[in-house]
Amino acid sequence: MKFIDEYRDSELARGLAYKIAKRSTKTIRLMEFCGGHTHAILRYGIRQLVPKTVEMRSGPGCPVCVTATADLDKAIALAHLPDVIITTFGDMTRVPGSYSSLQQAKAEGADVRIVYSTIDAVEMAQANPGKSVIFAGIGFETTAPTIAASIIKARRDKIKNFYVLSLNKLTPPVMKVLLDSGELKLDGIIGPGHVSVIIGSHPYEFIPKDYGVACVISGFEPLDILLCIDKLVEQIEKGEPKVEIAYPRGVKPAGNRKAWQLTERVFEIGEANWRGIGIVPQSGLKVREKYERFDADKAFSVTLKPPKEPKGCRCGDVIRGAAMPLECKLFRKVCTPESPVGPCMVSSEGACAAYYQYGTLENLQVF
Amino acid sequence: MDESILLAHGSGGKLSHELVEKKFLPFLANPALNKLDDSAIFEASGRLAFTTDSYVVNPIFFPGGDIGKLAVCGTVNDLAMNGAKPLYLSLAAIIEEGFLLSELEQIVQSIKKAAEEAEVSIIAGDTKVVNRGQADKLFITTSGVGIISPGVDISGANARAGDKVLLSGTIGDHGIAIMSQREGLKFSMTLESDCAPLNKLVSQMLEVSSSIHCLRDPTRGGLATTLNELARQSEVGIVVEEAQIPVKEEVKAACELLGLDPIYVANEGKVVVVVDPADANKILARMRKNRYGRDAAIIGEVTKEHPGKVVMKTKLGPSRIVDMLSGELLPRIC
Amino acid sequence: MCLAVPVKIVFIDGDEAETEIAGVRRRVSIALTPEAKLGDYVLLHTGYAIGVIDEAEAEETLKLLEEIASLSEVY
Repeated sequence: MKFIDEYRDSELARGLAYKIAKRSTKTIRLMEFCGGHTHAILRYGIRQLVPKTVEMRSGPGCPVCVTATADLDKAIALAHLPDVIITTFGDMTRVPGSYSSLQQAKAEGADVRIVYSTIDAVEMAQANPGKSVIFAGIGFETTAPTIAASIIKARRDKIKNFYVLSLNKLTPPVMKVLLDSGELKLDGIIGPGHVSVIIGSHPYEFIPKDYGVACVISGFEPLDILLCIDKLVEQIEKGEPKVEIAYPRGVKPAGNRKAWQLTERVFEIGEANWRGIGIVPQSGLKVREKYERFDADKAFSVTLKPPKEPKGCRCGDVIRGAAMPLECKLFRKVCTPESPVGPCMVSSEGACAAYYQYGTLENLQVF
Repeated sequence: MDESILLAHGSGGKLSHELVEKKFLPFLANPALNKLDDSAIFEASGRLAFTTDSYVVNPIFFPGGDIGKLAVCGTVNDLAMNGAKPLYLSLAAIIEEGFLLSELEQIVQSIKKAAEEAEVSIIAGDTKVVNRGQADKLFITTSGVGIISPGVDISGANARAGDKVLLSGTIGDHGIAIMSQREGLKFSMTLESDCAPLNKLVSQMLEVSSSIHCLRDPTRGGLATTLNELARQSEVGIVVEEAQIPVKEEVKAACELLGLDPIYVANEGKVVVVVDPADANKILARMRKNRYGRDAAIIGEVTKEHPGKVVMKTKLGPSRIVDMLSGELLPRIC
Repeated sequence: MCLAVPVKIVFIDGDEAETEIAGVRRRVSIALTPEAKLGDYVLLHTGYAIGVIDEAEAEETLKLLEEIASLSEVY
């Protein structure tokens, strides 16, 4: 598979691992922002290819994991409304809300359907004129343009029964919150490669500038991640933090302008509620007035009971990188993929699910 | 007869008899079944193996097969996995009111073909019809009985340190073929399910070696789950090499698109073989002579290290634990 | 959010394209990448192409990786 297999070559991986091991002298802490990176790092055994001086922490880049319980409760409540079809990407259905889950709602008779693209949701609206099809729009900047494009298409095709529950969130603002909290002393950030295909590299300039933290944008193949770590180590050893692109075949400094323009046409920036963090201003996308007839928040009203967090769940800490999954008392003992307590164990991008699935063998350090 | 199944087809009366006589008997005919007694009578002596399984696959027709073929192959294979020669199957069908008779015929034809290839007879059957909405088109349950030759002792608990682990062919074919038909996934490919009866392949292997310790078919949960089951049952460790596991290019590509790992995707025509190292190459050669073992490979070995756990040496270099499938195999977006 | 797969455009039909990866075909929307041409590789995410792959940069990256590997004493 072109542009995939070449970046999984074992000889080139060893070459990079060797270089990183030679170059790295001080203990540093890196955070991979994106859940897809957490997954790849564990699946490919990246930790075994980097020296012990490089510590890695998972960040909040898992859209399902950072969806606030209150927002999930809202989606579940909407699912129970008559003649409503709730559509969402797979993982969302199994996350426990305060009192139920979308999967539970489905078992109780609600029409909950998994889709693989917003296009499916729009087509479902066309095929079911008597129903209201609501798309629970989770995701970051990679997904936002696709949702915007679908709303524009729905408007063009005069589809009247398609709605979006806008739960999209933005990456740079939450990075700022994490860096401001000072909870973790980070030396470098492994930047989200596909979010950056859309937003480019400029939005991360504040990271080295205001915090002295290195930021290198990475692709998702193992060689991409190793190359990113190599560049981060280089920057940190030199004491010259900056924003770099280690995924130039996908990311341009200016990003995908057309995609972002489309997004801004449909959405405006507002506050968002992040699980484990709380309300963060200017960190989420809301449907603009011009497109408000597609806004599920405007079209439907539901009454909600006060949200509650599952007892003992440390997803919030894990999302902020303040705790490793193994440090949560519930991990593996009570909280498993079959009976998850919190979203980090449900979502395939969640740190807990990745650790559970892939485990680690401590004694297999390569260098 | 009408075009679709009616509730009356399941009531035991005239229509029920017509259904059996026109839609099942002509294709599955054998002396025991033809008698239409309340039970089938047969003689067998020796160690018998007995198994049962229900089939609720959706969609019921998929590239490379259908629920009928699956029902026969699944049960035949379960018997073969203990080294038994499959003899007889029973077949119970629960049909949803409104199911098309033409589709039922197609499925019975598949059952006939699969049974003929596996050289088994279906000697007992049952059909029930439920109200529309109470069953998802068609559910089939098959039970099977087979006979084990003296001296054959194959079980998931028999793996020993030093044994080689073989795989009969490419993994992920069935699961991906099924997913390609699922609404919304919208990808097209020429890939077909690998659904197949493996009893002849197994008996050919048993002819060349008496040191086969375990046989298991990696169905739901994929190769990873099966290897874990064996490791746990035998209380041994298993080490496999990712580079040795055969995967079709199309399956790799589909797995990339869905964010899945082929080692967790279902198979319906593959077998994992754990055998004494002295006979590994002999078994490999014999497997490759059978059409269902063409792509057979030695993928790893059994160790006394890390009992109960499976470790994979990745193509990239590092080794990692391979756990059972946890949760559901849902396509990823991230 | 992050899963985007490189697929090759084999046919363009307005703002949709037929794409292919190792024998698997999928129809995608190119509404976000109107500049994509026949033969281009695009990154596919939830049914949309989100960016066109820069093949020259891809080559450069591989060259860099090969250089790093040749300098390491693993060889």
